[in-house]
Amino acid sequence: MKIAIASGKGGTGKTTLSTNLAAFMSQFGQVVLADLDVEEPNSGLFINGELIHQEDTYKMIPEWDKSRCELCGNCQAVCNFNAVLQMGKTIMVFPQLCHGCYACSELCPTGSLPMKQKKMGELRSFRADNLSLVESRLIVGEEQAVPLIRQTIDFVDTNFSEEVTQIFDAPPGTSCPVIEATRDADLVVLITEPTPFGLHDLKLAVETIRQLEKKFVVVVNRHGIGDDGVDHYCREENIRVIARIPNDRKIAETYSRGELLYPTIPAVRSAVETIADYIGEFKRELK
Amino acid sequence: MKEIVVISGKGGTGKTSITAALAILGGNDVIVADCDVDAADMHLLMEPDLEISEDFYSGEIAHINQDFCTQCGKCQEVCRFNAIPIIGGEYTVDSLGCEGCGYCARVCPADAITNSEQNVGKWFISGIRTGSSMVHASLNIGAENSGKLVAQVKSGSKALAERLGKNMVLVDGSPGIGCPVVSSLSGASFVVLVTEPTVSGFHDLKRVYELVKKFRIEAGCIVNKADLNTEVLDGIRSFLSEEDIVLLTEIPYDERFTEAMTNGKTIVEWDDKLAGIVRGTWERIRETVRL
Repeated sequence: MKIAIASGKGGTGKTTLSTNLAAFMSQFGQVVLADLDVEEPNSGLFINGELIHQEDTYKMIPEWDKSRCELCGNCQAVCNFNAVLQMGKTIMVFPQLCHGCYACSELCPTGSLPMKQKKMGELRSFRADNLSLVESRLIVGEEQAVPLIRQTIDFVDTNFSEEVTQIFDAPPGTSCPVIEATRDADLVVLITEPTPFGLHDLKLAVETIRQLEKKFVVVVNRHGIGDDGVDHYCREENIRVIARIPNDRKIAETYSRGELLYPTIPAVRSAVETIADYIGEFKRELK
Repeated sequence: MKEIVVISGKGGTGKTSITAALAILGGNDVIVADCDVDAADMHLLMEPDLEISEDFYSGEIAHINQDFCTQCGKCQEVCRFNAIPIIGGEYTVDSLGCEGCGYCARVCPADAITNSEQNVGKWFISGIRTGSSMVHASLNIGAENSGKLVAQVKSGSKALAERLGKNMVLVDGSPGIGCPVVSSLSGASFVVLVTEPTVSGFHDLKRVYELVKKFRIEAGCIVNKADLNTEVLDGIRSFLSEEDIVLLTEIPYDERFTEAMTNGKTIVEWDDKLAGIVRGTWERIRETVRL
């Protein structure tokens, strides 16, 4: 079962919830936490596990083979991303623009643009008792997060059974990286804060998840600060708020040190318990 | 004309609240550009009047004409994005998965696939309550944030600043280090990094600065919630001095930030103490970029 933790707005507590929930649930069974915020992965700062696997991840981009090329110009003509250009007698490939669609390579009549691996990031897998953490990080300067997110999910699919609870820490926003991180999920938990920014971005996230036709619920973080806009909205839209994490400077301080919250903060423990119970129930229904 | 870009790596560090406060201090001299097009929040504090609105097209999307489709499956075979599922016995295009590469249309033997330009969002020019203008955008749900809409907002704000004879464009960037951030950095005269002394805030600051360095842009840093963790704060201070990043200011952890936002105000309009701090920061930024 896959549960994605997403938010719209950044900094509302995705990583906090993902790491605490994963660690808490791993006391009762196998859990794998996948950090899909590959641009800025933070889950690993909160989970101390033993490194058990490490690999470079690659995207496939075409590489020009001058010896066979007849300079017909077909590659440039079929590339919709301007990633392949013919300049005089040279074919230039711009890796940052390439989406890896293979069109130029496979449609080249002389096979002069074979696809080659280009390193885009690193994937690491850690283990702490019943909890596994899979984390990918994009190389700084690489612009496309989506292929790395895809490969990270594939790694989880290959190495863990569907029986294992899989928690995905999604990137912020509502565009392609978030779609990629949530499209395989059985359940999406949206975490927000009760402020005008939180509400505005929650609405965007809800629209996104509705378009994906996913089941979703909301968790309110920093409860007690801000206003009641999020509560009103959820009531009007019939969205279930399953838990509230209080606003508390002590939580911010504990988080700042890279520590999990539920072992020392009872209010967080009870919120995490409630969310875990909800997930347990959801899992039974799914079966 | 100077272009100042505010980014943070990590979300939720107070980037937009601080940018909005700087915009108020800059007043009529500053064009504001909200380049966090994915989850744009700046307009909530700026009261934009949406004077001009334009559709924005970027990239293509495939369509399969079922009348011509012979169900040969060639399109599905070549699609690297798993964007051609069979639904109800028909090959269809998953609009959220399609990257618009056009490969399927090129190999379809029945010419059943066409590509059309994709409307990915809107961009706006608005008058705002500072007396100046703001260029902003909204990306359609699930659309690809390739950085092109960000580039449009940037070039729109630059052109507007030139036409109106303004000295400065103030850009609110997006979290992360990917396409939209790269796009918001290009052409910047100065980068303001907003961080917080948490292990994740510091971690993300280092990564986003690595990106800034590649562009060789001078940078300054605002440490928000500075008294949250003195140990991490010390780490950030050393990092800034090693990297020659100007420490612009340290702002204490203060819930008045949220109070101000809840009331539709910026921190400089809401709290005298915070106003004093941010005013000093604004002066330092102006000195640093020589305005």
